[in-house]
Amino acid sequence: MFYREAGDFSTSYPEDSQTFPIRFDRYRYYLVLFVAIFVIPFTINDYWVNSIFLPFLIYAIAAIGLNILVGYCGQVSLGTGGFMAVGAYACYKLMTSFPEVSMLIHVLIAGLITAGVGVLFGLPSLRIKGFYLAVATLAAQFFLVWLFNRVPWFYNYSASGQISAPERTVFGIEITGPNTEAWATYLFCLAFVIFSAVIARNLTRGAFGRKWMAIRDMDIAAEIIGVNPLMAKLSAFAVSSFFIGISGALFFAVYLGAAEAGDAFSIQKSFIVLFMVIIGGLGSIFGSFAGAAFLVVLPVALKLVGVDWIGWPTDIVAHLNLVVVGALIIIFLIMEPHGLAQLWRVTKEKLRLWPFPH
Amino acid sequence: MLDQADGYMTADGRQIGPVVMEMKNITLRFGGVEAIKNISFDIREGEVRAIIGPNGAGKSSMLNVISGFYVPQDGQVLYKGVQRPQMRPYQVAQQGIARTFQNIALFEGMSVLDNVMTGRLTHMKTGMFSQALWKGRAEKEETANREVAERIIDFLEIQAIRKTPVARLPYGLKKRVELARALAAEPSLLLLDEPMAGMNVEEKEDMSRFILSMNDEFGTTIALIEHDMGVVMDLSDRVVVMDYGKKIGDGTPDEVRNNQAVIDAYLGVAHDE
Repeated sequence: MFYREAGDFSTSYPEDSQTFPIRFDRYRYYLVLFVAIFVIPFTINDYWVNSIFLPFLIYAIAAIGLNILVGYCGQVSLGTGGFMAVGAYACYKLMTSFPEVSMLIHVLIAGLITAGVGVLFGLPSLRIKGFYLAVATLAAQFFLVWLFNRVPWFYNYSASGQISAPERTVFGIEITGPNTEAWATYLFCLAFVIFSAVIARNLTRGAFGRKWMAIRDMDIAAEIIGVNPLMAKLSAFAVSSFFIGISGALFFAVYLGAAEAGDAFSIQKSFIVLFMVIIGGLGSIFGSFAGAAFLVVLPVALKLVGVDWIGWPTDIVAHLNLVVVGALIIIFLIMEPHGLAQLWRVTKEKLRLWPFPH
Repeated sequence: MLDQADGYMTADGRQIGPVVMEMKNITLRFGGVEAIKNISFDIREGEVRAIIGPNGAGKSSMLNVISGFYVPQDGQVLYKGVQRPQMRPYQVAQQGIARTFQNIALFEGMSVLDNVMTGRLTHMKTGMFSQALWKGRAEKEETANREVAERIIDFLEIQAIRKTPVARLPYGLKKRVELARALAAEPSLLLLDEPMAGMNVEEKEDMSRFILSMNDEFGTTIALIEHDMGVVMDLSDRVVVMDYGKKIGDGTPDEVRNNQAVIDAYLGVAHDE
């Protein structure tokens, strides 16, 4: 009744293959974009940005990246934290070596460097699959973190072994460092989120997405119909690592400000992003957003309810958070392997018929 | 009649062209087992060529050799008159050889339309950057290929299910979607591995109709494996008969039907004792 596609006809193939073929979806998407760009920046403060919006936006980019690899191409990866570290350290080296260049370019180049590293660690995927590939990418995670901790050149020989983001600007507005404005960092990350989501959507609805999904669903059949498995898998690793590198660079430079590889980009990061992808929905861009939002908002919401309203001690709520996340992952894996995105699809299908389902 | 270099005329008056695929003295071994023993035959442009034989005769292995999945230990594969070097299956597909599988090998997580569109992948050339931008070259290419895919979808009468996930379809329709995917590649040689296995009579009739009109309308060269003798004899222009990895017969359906070796292989033969 409220959500329907009756009377909504596509009269050309481009119209049919657009991102939101149903008019209602399209308008809702424009509305979300409008609110995100023109309303939220003027209403948020430091607390909202640092506890919810920045982590959500940055994790959403990482989740989109990992979703391309795991959800679309079917290659399991546990190296997300390591690849985020590559993005962060690449961004740091670029920021300190070329101080006058815009942050936009630094972050993009950090993404490209990560894409190269991702391809390198994606090479084993040609020979091994499934669990074995997961273990191989786990090696990437440990090796990369070890590398950034042990080779002083990466952290510019600083005494603490940490990297800390110097003050850098975009169009004269400070984005990194201690004196940033909440709206500026928010908009900076939002720009990258929109950029990543649009590119990911364009790639996944076209020839590349079909190659990846063909490899995921049946790699032998994919090869027989003319998909080069080497190129398909490595391109998935490259695109995935590109986004993960961008998110790593933003995570370090804009969100944390200072980081140490073993701490900020540990195996925990790999798992959190993987959980986001699983809870959100494998093989869905919307699912990446849903998963990131869920795992970012959940601790904040639990703290709000547990500590501020009920008055429980902070550590109990923190542990409760772990319990809830763990339980949810098991529940999702059993009840709805396609995650929040699938729940959303089912809801839409029901809404189409509601209130006359017969 | 068959020795003419430039083809022959079929009984129903279709002109068959020159040789597309020639197999010369192919031998394929798995360890000590010889699956294919020194077999030679050819497939001509525009014909429907059947490969038949009892179970375990090596028919599917033969198809796998043609599609590059198995590499024969001996012999040559000549495609369009040129000896084919050893290649990976995807390179064979890019040369214009498409196939379907005995056990359906569709991409279950994708819609029917996406599955058919994967058949067009060998025709889609735009790079990653234009794909990422979408507007412009990528969109134009997508639309052009979508038109071809939709023509195939119309032809095989699966318009109504084009947005349905393949996993939800019944067996007979899956077989048809797989045919659509192979046909979408506009192959110069189409290999069908038991296209009618496990179908009822109506479905078999439908499938036969599609195979014949495919051959008729698009001029597709077809090589098929099938167990239903009635279907094979009706559809094909020439038949290769295999038994225990050897070729025991080759010719028009009538010639094959009256070949003593073929009759022996199918009906069994009395052994001297």
